[in-house]
Amino acid sequence: MTPEIGHFALALTLAMAMVQSVLPIVGASRGNILWMHSARWSSIGQVFFASIAFFALMQAFITSDFTVKNVVENSHSLKPMLFKIAGTWGSHEGSLLLWVLILTVFGAAVSVFGTNIPDTLKARTLSVQAWVSVGFLTFMLFTSNPFDRVFPPPTDGQDLNPLLQDVGLAMHPPLLYFGYVGFSIVFSFAVAALIEGRIDAAWARWVRPWTLAAWMSLTAGIALGSWWAYYELGWGGWWFWDPVENVSFMPWLMGTALLHSAIVTEKRDAFKSWTILLAILTFALSLLGTFVVRSGLLTSVHAFAVDPQRGLYILGLLALSIGGSLTLFAWRAPLMEPGGLFKPISREAGLLVNNLILATATGVVLFGTLYPLFYEAMTGGDKLSVGPPFFNASFIPLMLPLVFVMGIGPFLSWKRADLQGVAQRLRLVALLTVLATLAIWYMTNGGPVLGYLSIFLALWLFFATLKEWALRVKLFDAPFAESRRRAANLPRSSYGMTLAHAGLAVAMFGFIGSTVWKSEQVVFVQPGDVVSIAGFDVTFEGVERVRGPNYFADRGTLTVNKEGRFITELFPERRIYPVAESSTTESAIRSTLIGDLYASIANPASEDASAQGAWTLRILYEPLVFFIWLGTAMLVLGGGLSLSDRRLRVGAPRRRAISASKMPAE
Amino acid sequence: MRKIFAVILFSVLATTAFAVEPDEMLQDPVLEARAREVSKELRCVVCQNQDIDSSNAGVARDLRLLVRERLVAGDSNQEAIDYIHARYGDYVLMKPPLNRSTAVLWGAPFFLGLSALLVGFVVLRASRRKRAVVGLTDAEEAEVTRFIKHNSPGDRP
Amino acid sequence: MARIFALIPLVVALVFGGFFLWGLDPDRDPNNIPSVLISQPAPEFALPAVEGLDTPGFSRADLVGNDGPVIVNVFASWCVPCRAEHSVLTQLVEREGQRLFGINYKDKPPDATRWLAELGNPYEKIGSDIKGRAGIEWGISGVPETFIVGGDGTVLYRFVGPVVGEDAIATFRQALVQTGALKGGQGE
Repeated sequence: MTPEIGHFALALTLAMAMVQSVLPIVGASRGNILWMHSARWSSIGQVFFASIAFFALMQAFITSDFTVKNVVENSHSLKPMLFKIAGTWGSHEGSLLLWVLILTVFGAAVSVFGTNIPDTLKARTLSVQAWVSVGFLTFMLFTSNPFDRVFPPPTDGQDLNPLLQDVGLAMHPPLLYFGYVGFSIVFSFAVAALIEGRIDAAWARWVRPWTLAAWMSLTAGIALGSWWAYYELGWGGWWFWDPVENVSFMPWLMGTALLHSAIVTEKRDAFKSWTILLAILTFALSLLGTFVVRSGLLTSVHAFAVDPQRGLYILGLLALSIGGSLTLFAWRAPLMEPGGLFKPISREAGLLVNNLILATATGVVLFGTLYPLFYEAMTGGDKLSVGPPFFNASFIPLMLPLVFVMGIGPFLSWKRADLQGVAQRLRLVALLTVLATLAIWYMTNGGPVLGYLSIFLALWLFFATLKEWALRVKLFDAPFAESRRRAANLPRSSYGMTLAHAGLAVAMFGFIGSTVWKSEQVVFVQPGDVVSIAGFDVTFEGVERVRGPNYFADRGTLTVNKEGRFITELFPERRIYPVAESSTTESAIRSTLIGDLYASIANPASEDASAQGAWTLRILYEPLVFFIWLGTAMLVLGGGLSLSDRRLRVGAPRRRAISASKMPAE
Repeated sequence: MRKIFAVILFSVLATTAFAVEPDEMLQDPVLEARAREVSKELRCVVCQNQDIDSSNAGVARDLRLLVRERLVAGDSNQEAIDYIHARYGDYVLMKPPLNRSTAVLWGAPFFLGLSALLVGFVVLRASRRKRAVVGLTDAEEAEVTRFIKHNSPGDRP
Repeated sequence: MARIFALIPLVVALVFGGFFLWGLDPDRDPNNIPSVLISQPAPEFALPAVEGLDTPGFSRADLVGNDGPVIVNVFASWCVPCRAEHSVLTQLVEREGQRLFGINYKDKPPDATRWLAELGNPYEKIGSDIKGRAGIEWGISGVPETFIVGGDGTVLYRFVGPVVGEDAIATFRQALVQTGALKGGQGE
């Protein structure tokens, strides 16, 4: 019965979304307050029913109800409960349901908490958001119903893939979807503003919290995905420029540009068209991501079930929403009032450079990801692939100048900045950066030039960010008590920026260290053999068979010593899941700030080695990997700090009503 | 389609072979380092999102051995890649070839970068130019003067 | 001027949309990599016979100077789908007069011999490719794969995966007809 209730609830959500699609926006142009305010009820109603649907599906998973097709395809009675629950959103249908749920929650949040937003804008925004809901709901109800039953019900489910039974991986989709949906709200605001025909500083202020929340979530989701790949897949890598990684990365790049562009619109009433366009494109790229993974357009290990029919539907959704909004943009944007003037050396100019570089980088990644499709279409069937060499060669040279500009940007004042003054303030920073880079060069005994250049820029960003903060609190320039007072009174969004920019620098150290100075040993080992790597001596003690809840494993024992001192023991495993008929490599990782020691074992492919009782041992040493996770956490925290800044939640001041007698005749 | 994917995935995971193995490696460390580099540039045709250096597939192992054979036989890195390219086509190259059809791809970063520079230029120029201030006509001038005269503070209770 | 700039995103989106529409064609298989060999002469290879089997070995020379197109099948005893495919191939040989050559890929001769003894041997010649090197020359990514080679030794068609099941068999038959190996309308 519960699945049917869920199905019905979904239909009710659609009904409310359809009402919300029409009433508020018509009410806004007619000035009908009642219709505009109806959005509050329809949005709350949507959350209510969408939640019922979502929890109905979750209940089916929890009880392993194998009469529901979705549960059969994505669950198994032997799965641990946590992963049964995660199975709710792990499939194509379930993930759409999660999308819709988050969409309705955000919509209701705008309706209930957006008290400072003028009625007409709010009504129009909620209507546009309802259009998106309608799109997804009809897609679900007509092509991807999670509540389809199957008769007769099988005795057990089909999916027990051990690779997917992982906490990190379970949380990865919800975080990403929070991001995508958050950007859909910003999109709704943007389209509503285009319809209203007016963008101003206040609009940018209302949009900022949603953009920040979405961006934070997306950052966390991407980082989590990378982290999972790092510790689970066994090769010590964390980014492969796989098409599906790229489609989550592009909204992030655009979203970052959007975040910064909105600041200019808010502070200087400029970049309006940019910000609107970025809002539309960020959401477009999120939708594109949804499209690519579900339609069979491109090959990827990640892809959901390939179904061109569904792909066609999403393409229709894309055409309507993106085509429509871009047409609206082409029509309305040129009519916007141009904003504040600024000189070529100014904060606006710096942020313009930021926008342009991020947009170019997004364009390059987009082109590289889609090129195999274009090529196949243009040549009538020939295939080629675009791999990391292309992306690294084109992306990195774009990012490095951006990092340089990021260091300078916060020092520039609005409208017109004194370049000489800025250069003077950065002298110490430059000196520190050079010295630190030389020190690292000395300590690492050489390496590729690009590596040191990147380190130089990461250090530059780090020191410049700290210096900017130091300037603001007049550190060493005023009595310590004064600095402390200033530091306590700095707005949170300022700390948000400092933390986030520093976080990027920290993450960069991780990117560079783990890639450029990685070392590896792959050897056949017998019990007692010692392998040396990065100053560690790793002794292979042997392998024993162990049992787990639904697997048995060959567990190796490694003793790690350094210069005679015992450091730790590592237990890499090779697990075999008999029911799922698959196996996984569980690497053993010893993580410190300086670097990760990363070990895995396997049966040798060579029969001779196998016959001798040898095992293949693969040890990697990746310096500074931890900084990647630390840096991305700092990015998220920085966003959170900005988000919690009370100033953001106090909207534009309301006009106090002035009695008519005091106003001159208009 | 999902079943086929699942079959491939499972058959890959079920093998206990494990990316590049010690018995495949060459004695000469310089040649071996080159072999690893070349392997990273070749895409596994079975596990299509990995290079042959990391892939567990049987074909990947064969290709790794073949690459080493070619290097030992005296091929340069590019020649070894070309050897495999000749048998498997463009798809197997991680770095797309540079020819007329792929000029669009390789040119894209430059094109996009230049477009960005152009846009930046245009925007900066537009934001510097003081917008033309349209002067008031005489009639409007008079009206403004009258308004100011009649509306100075103190006129209203 | 601003108008033109503002239109660019829409135009780009429309162009992309066109390509996406093309890409959704249900007949298109994104995982399938086209063979480099099509319309090229068959690769160089010379394989000995499978040890313990009477069937002679197989080399490139066997593919040149034939009366009509022939089928080259890459198989192995450890390959589960090859079993099911075997009967389809046998039918093509016995009922419809197709000529079948085999490459025994990375298989131990005793295993292969036993497998063929159990299932029957429809192959005219079989090359023993223990190292898998000949397979690489043919650009295969796994087993089974089946090729149609013209009488002059030009590779005309490649089928990846087992020729098993209605759709696969129909596709393969169509290819046989198109290359002239089968007269149209013959058989099922």
